[in-house]
Amino acid sequence: MPITVDQLKQKLENELEATHLDIVDTSDGCGAKFQALIVSPKFDGKPLLQRHRMVNTAIETEMKEIHAFQMKTLTPEQWEKQNS
Amino acid sequence: MNRLSVSRLFHLNNRKLFQALIARYSVDTGSKDYIDGLVKDDNVVVFMKGTADQPRCGFSNAVVQILNFHGVNKFSFHNVLEDESLRQGIKDYSNWPTIPQVFIGGEFIGGCDVMLEMHKNGELIEELNKVGIRSVLLDRIEEEEKK
Repeated sequence: MPITVDQLKQKLENELEATHLDIVDTSDGCGAKFQALIVSPKFDGKPLLQRHRMVNTAIETEMKEIHAFQMKTLTPEQWEKQNS
Repeated sequence: MNRLSVSRLFHLNNRKLFQALIARYSVDTGSKDYIDGLVKDDNVVVFMKGTADQPRCGFSNAVVQILNFHGVNKFSFHNVLEDESLRQGIKDYSNWPTIPQVFIGGEFIGGCDVMLEMHKNGELIEELNKVGIRSVLLDRIEEEEKK
């Protein structure tokens, strides 16, 4: 079964308490390529590599099927700043 | 040298070559020990799809472009498409699920997104500096400042 955006959102909401998620399937539907913007308070004080590792862990099962997962990981403060 | 010794020498060399080949190809290229050696082999080591000259994935290509942009044209790379054992091994080694993977000074730096971010925020210049590589971007920045 191809991985869906909803499936990833659910995982990231549960595991990372993501407050904002923007996930786009860029694979034309085969479910192997995604672009994601993930905003989570859990990223606070964590360096970039660590944040990416947290995401990779949260969607570990899905990552086995996914070929490419591009991500931006922001804290709620960073997200707010970017939008203001 | 008479004919006999030439043929013996040839035989000996052949056997040595044969043994060297066996040693090389019986190595488990996905093992921690083997990869430990690879990542410390050079200041900058990239595990990628394709080669530095001909990357076979957009993300691998991006990583090479970023390095080149900083004047890093000589680095070690390993094409994981040629070695299934290494392809899985490197993912286990760094606990990172995707290719490409970049190592600087033997340390895992990240994949394409991390490299791009570090390129943008200047951290890449610092990381390269740690292993004695001066990014050519610094020269450009200094030139700009002089103007």
